[in-house]
Amino acid sequence: MTQAEIKLCSLLLQEHFGEIVEKIGVHLIRTGSQPLRVIAHDTGASLDQVKKALCVLIQHNLVIYQVHRRGVVEYEAQCSRVLRMLRYPRYIYTAKTLYSDTGELIVEELLLNGKMTMSAVVKKVADRLTETMEDGKTMDYSEVSNTFVRLADTHFVQRCPWVPVTENSDPGPPPPAPILVISEKDMYLVPKLSLIGKGKRRRSSDEDAAGEPKAKRPKHGTDHKEPIPDDGIYWQANLDRFHQHFRDQAIVSAVANRMDQTSSEIVRTMLRMSEITTPSSAPFTQPLSSNEIFRSLPVGYNVSKQVLDQYLTLLADDPLEFVGKSGDSGGGMYVINLHKALGSLATATLESVVQERFGSRCARIFRLVLQKKHLEQKQVEDFAMIPAKEAKDMLYKMLSENFMSLQEIPKTPDHAPSRTFYLYTVNILSAARMLLHRCYKSIANLIERRQFETKENKRLLEKSQRVEAILASMQATGAEDAQLQEIEEMITAPERQQLETLKRNVNKLDASEIQVDETIFLLESYIESTMKRQ
Amino acid sequence: MSLCPAGRHRGKWKMRKKIPRIWKTHLRSFLLKANRQEIPNNVPGEGEREILQGCYLSLLATIYGTPSMCQGFHIHYFQTSRQCCKVFLTGSLNTQAPSTMASRGGGRGRGRGQLTFNMEAVGIGKGDALPPPTLQPSPLFPPLEFRPVPLPSGEEGEYVLALKQELRGAMRQLPYFIRPAVPKRDWRRLPRELKIRVRKLQKERTTILIPKRPPKNTEDKEETIQKLETLEKKEEEVTSEEDEEKEEEEEKEEEEEEEYDEEEHEEETDYIMSYFDNGEDFGGDSDDNMDEAIY
Repeated sequence: MTQAEIKLCSLLLQEHFGEIVEKIGVHLIRTGSQPLRVIAHDTGASLDQVKKALCVLIQHNLVIYQVHRRGVVEYEAQCSRVLRMLRYPRYIYTAKTLYSDTGELIVEELLLNGKMTMSAVVKKVADRLTETMEDGKTMDYSEVSNTFVRLADTHFVQRCPWVPVTENSDPGPPPPAPILVISEKDMYLVPKLSLIGKGKRRRSSDEDAAGEPKAKRPKHGTDHKEPIPDDGIYWQANLDRFHQHFRDQAIVSAVANRMDQTSSEIVRTMLRMSEITTPSSAPFTQPLSSNEIFRSLPVGYNVSKQVLDQYLTLLADDPLEFVGKSGDSGGGMYVINLHKALGSLATATLESVVQERFGSRCARIFRLVLQKKHLEQKQVEDFAMIPAKEAKDMLYKMLSENFMSLQEIPKTPDHAPSRTFYLYTVNILSAARMLLHRCYKSIANLIERRQFETKENKRLLEKSQRVEAILASMQATGAEDAQLQEIEEMITAPERQQLETLKRNVNKLDASEIQVDETIFLLESYIESTMKRQ
Repeated sequence: MSLCPAGRHRGKWKMRKKIPRIWKTHLRSFLLKANRQEIPNNVPGEGEREILQGCYLSLLATIYGTPSMCQGFHIHYFQTSRQCCKVFLTGSLNTQAPSTMASRGGGRGRGRGQLTFNMEAVGIGKGDALPPPTLQPSPLFPPLEFRPVPLPSGEEGEYVLALKQELRGAMRQLPYFIRPAVPKRDWRRLPRELKIRVRKLQKERTTILIPKRPPKNTEDKEETIQKLETLEKKEEEVTSEEDEEKEEEEEKEEEEEEEYDEEEHEEETDYIMSYFDNGEDFGGDSDDNMDEAIY
């Protein structure tokens, strides 16, 4: 793991889980797989702290354990999974767009808690939804269960590996750590639960307040006595499926930008049809015939067969090669080139970065070298129609920032520099890696800056929160306007200004983090797809 | 001007055109030192290096003779000014390079400072102004040439932003957020009654108290926790000790208890002092007043 990634992981763990977990987590990421005692010894933390931290990390799928020879259990951290924590808001928002508020809350609960049983999720989500509803209305468990089942069917949530049921009672000592198994077919199998009930509000109206504490006590007792029907069956969010969804979204919007809405709809239909049949890491989808596509187009899209065929031909002939034609049966068999599409997206990202950083003329040179693969300096000047001096300057700038590289082609065996061709070229994979590394550094910087800003104004923030608390409590007890005014004036005008500035800055930094994370997703997908093909 | 071995004196250097004498001297002395691997310390005005075109390899390649020794060399900055020339090297100097300058002593005065390539080919014409030397590392916040593109705004962006901030706050409240424990206290010096021993009774009480928490405003909890942590703990220890005087059980280690209790107490900071007086009246009196507003 690079230093930048480790730094970013450390910041994320610290923000979300506290110092102790961060210390243990970062140590594990740095050193790889280690047993418990070694971790405690190396980090200097007490054994209890290490145990607690490891429990939290395992609960959130950030650390996995393995039993080695002689019964030693070793723990290994997964750095890439820690970096996914940046993307949680995006996952939750996607669930919201697909399955509305219920789906959003289900995914949020699963992400915040790592693993949960279905009944626990349903209960919590129903309670939360009930609170936001108007007085008197409650959320039924069945509705939440239905959404959960739909999420499982579309593979957005999956079961965690479980403890295998041993038929014969082994008289031997239990293993130090359970070996969890998972089978493909059972991964999305929802247990048959009859969850009957409604969501409860946490706070009832004022009349019930007195009766509640006493009523709750026996209720807690009964709750503990009931056996949980799906004990041991834990669910987690399936991040790969979300990534597949993001990738599809990116491809569709790219096609929409390049061509028009109809073609993007066609591509979206093709992707939807291949969701189940194609594994997410395949270089291209299964071939789909034009007839099938025509049948699967969304209802209400009045595109005739001929027009569809024309669109498909256009898409297949496009130099970007998102769609390819693989045969002629069934009216023409078409595939979507996922790997090429990811490559184009990564290239577009690189071009955009060059343009924003160095200017549009540099971008022109960059695109030129991309297109022609290898060019000499003289040729660059000629093709780009930029004066020699400026072209040279720009080339060297991009070379120094590692967007470009030099390829030497010697004319003579002694590699004399005066008799060697020096060609400029762009290696997309290495440039993508370099850019990804920079993205990690940027996010680490953004997080640090945000923490710095918050720390600087900590006193002011606390004061404003206290004032708000007082205001709210006084409003609840029905204070007069004059008193409220007095309390509000406790924060002076320049302080208000400062708070405004702080809020604006923090928002900007947060939004930038989200934006950089989108770039990270594209680049990582491209690199992963390329590495798989090699 | 160009550097190349003259026809008769193969391996010797000969200047074709006139170049400033100082330039020649500096170059030669520099290359001598390069041969002895004293470069990093002796180059005048060493500072930042900039990568230039690979053609500049020729300077060393031709001087040192064999191309294999030049693998991994990059000449970084080759500046001609009126007075001096600075050449920086990175990469490894091959120790097997023959002392070519020394052996080319015969070329002194004639082939000094000649290059194998045409300077114009690189693009530095004679008398051209070259970029100024960089004498210090690049600034921490380099001035941006182009302003960054504005961030995407709109409903989706704002929703995701709000969600992100909310998640951050929510995660701090979950039980997965482990707070560092209160440091170990020397119990020989403190009155014994301040020690917390019982856990069970406390646990029961907290479950009853939890439903009462929502009416309180939870925003300032966190901040006050960190500030008044120790002080509150002391006070709570006193009051809760009074309640549990009767039943004392030695459970786990002190540290464990303290840690656990501390986490419990942090959730109870809303109920300081007046609330814990006798542990009986949690009947909803003065839930949302006064004691909350300490500042």
